[in-house]
Amino acid sequence: MAGVQVSNVSRSFGAHKALDDVSIDFADGGFYALLGPSGSGKTTLLRQIAGFDFPDSGRIAIGGESVERVPVEKRRIGMVFQNYALFPNMSVADNVAFGLSVRGEAKAVIAAEVKRALELVQLGKLGGRRPHQLSGGQRQRVALARAIVTKPRVLLLDEPLGALDKALRVDMQIELKRIQREIGITTIFVTHDQEEALTMSDRIGILRDGRLVQEGPPEEIYDSPKSEFAATFLGDANILRGDSTGTGIRLPDGTAIAAGAGATLAAGAKASCAVRPERIRIATDAGSAGRANGNMLRGQISKRIFAGNNSTYFVERDGQTLKVIVQNTGIERLAEGQDVVLRWSPESTVLIAAS
Amino acid sequence: MATTRILERLGRLYIWLLLAFLYLPIIIMALMSFNVSPFYQLPFEWTTEWYASLWQNDQLISATWNSLEIAIITTIICVVLGSAASLALYRYEFRGKKILQALLFPPIAIPWLITGTAMLIFFFGVGIGRGLFAILLGHVALALPYVIVVVSARLQTFAPELEEAARSLGANQWQVTRRVTLPWIMPGVIAGGLFAFAVSFDQFVVSYFLSTPGQTTLPVEIYAAIRKGFTPEINAVSTIIIVVSMALMLLTARFFKFGGEK
Repeated sequence: MAGVQVSNVSRSFGAHKALDDVSIDFADGGFYALLGPSGSGKTTLLRQIAGFDFPDSGRIAIGGESVERVPVEKRRIGMVFQNYALFPNMSVADNVAFGLSVRGEAKAVIAAEVKRALELVQLGKLGGRRPHQLSGGQRQRVALARAIVTKPRVLLLDEPLGALDKALRVDMQIELKRIQREIGITTIFVTHDQEEALTMSDRIGILRDGRLVQEGPPEEIYDSPKSEFAATFLGDANILRGDSTGTGIRLPDGTAIAAGAGATLAAGAKASCAVRPERIRIATDAGSAGRANGNMLRGQISKRIFAGNNSTYFVERDGQTLKVIVQNTGIERLAEGQDVVLRWSPESTVLIAAS
Repeated sequence: MATTRILERLGRLYIWLLLAFLYLPIIIMALMSFNVSPFYQLPFEWTTEWYASLWQNDQLISATWNSLEIAIITTIICVVLGSAASLALYRYEFRGKKILQALLFPPIAIPWLITGTAMLIFFFGVGIGRGLFAILLGHVALALPYVIVVVSARLQTFAPELEEAARSLGANQWQVTRRVTLPWIMPGVIAGGLFAFAVSFDQFVVSYFLSTPGQTTLPVEIYAAIRKGFTPEINAVSTIIIVVSMALMLLTARFFKFGGEK
């Protein structure tokens, strides 16, 4: 087991900069998600760490040892591919045994290790099957068993749950997390699914256009995004734009929006405030919408989407649509076309420098 | 309902007609190899006389062995070189690759008569001349593109992540090829090998141009024998070859499950 350090790694394909000076420290034993839209460089980064491709510049270290020019077969990593990449000509047990067998381990050792790995992923009885006789979730488990049976220093997962349906994906998320905790392996997980990144990882790195936009624990990124992109890509956010007042912004119509403590930005510069839709309270008149010392905007409901446990209101205000999510704790609901007051606290407001 | 039944019957009839068209001449030839009359006269009288006299026909037997030998060596050479070439074309990018791939097809389309003439002139020019070695070289050149085309087609269905997965598990290039890639392309390699064997074993034109009297292959020998005067021994040797090659084909098809997945 080992941590992974990526320092100033760049990689271009022709004129396209797939990775632009990326540095991340993956702590030993952590579960790390690399999140980004397609083309953001997250898979390229994973392939540099795996050793399928070498960076143009920069350093990659696994367990303190420089590996940026070491080919994948000598890096002692485990990888799970998007389409599992199980060997179709081999049984489940032979698939799992492959890594030990190319290393020339003794037959008895291989058999015992394969048995253990298959039990860990709860497929103890299916060793004799062929991959095409398995369900998607089972293939996923075989791919995982195959990747960890060789006791790699780091486990790399390239959108491993993308091909599964929603219910199975949630099961596998829990399962994957359990196995990762059990063997304590450093895990780097590439995904474009923000929910997956939020629920599974200890830390998240958000990538965009080959650059690392922000990095930190899920709560930190969600509560204090440092850019409009981070705010809107991880979770939903309303972005209000105006001029910085140092501790908040002034909207074009003169309304002041206060941000949480610790907001520091030179006054007068262009800036935005991000507010999560579930942090906003919505009411028909100013009095019933809670505390008077928070931020307040007036608007009109243009659309309501009922989703059972919650409702989403789209509120028009000064040419902008704001999104508000309300838990349906009672039966009172607001109608489309109604004038409303939106209130939220400065602590729920993040001040972001204009990008 | 009635129309479906009629269509079904028509379909079945069509299949039987197709099979008759393909196999009737062969069946008649096979029957005639067991008929007493050398001139296809009926009524049919059973004999194995022609098979017995075939056994005495040293020329025909030695030509058969030549053909088999050349076909087997051609198959081995083409399968090894062709599979290696297909893997190289699949894995590596190099200058002129597209042109090389495009140039693999024309030899399949060029009439064998022209290829044969060209080979004869060339082999004389470089001092190889005619004979069994020249025939072998010619057959390898004819059959190689078939193997490359068939194996390459199979490789197109190969998922490159499989090689990556094998490498991530610590396998070196040779282990990846032997344990992951080769098993996947094996049906293509076998099919390519069958093609190579058939191209060589059936080859008449090129063999005819490159053979010397006495040192020849079966199709050329059969042609020479027919010109001298037809004997049912030809039917006999043809029947044996058909039975052996059909058995071989059916076994391979069954073993590698052509036409049906896994």
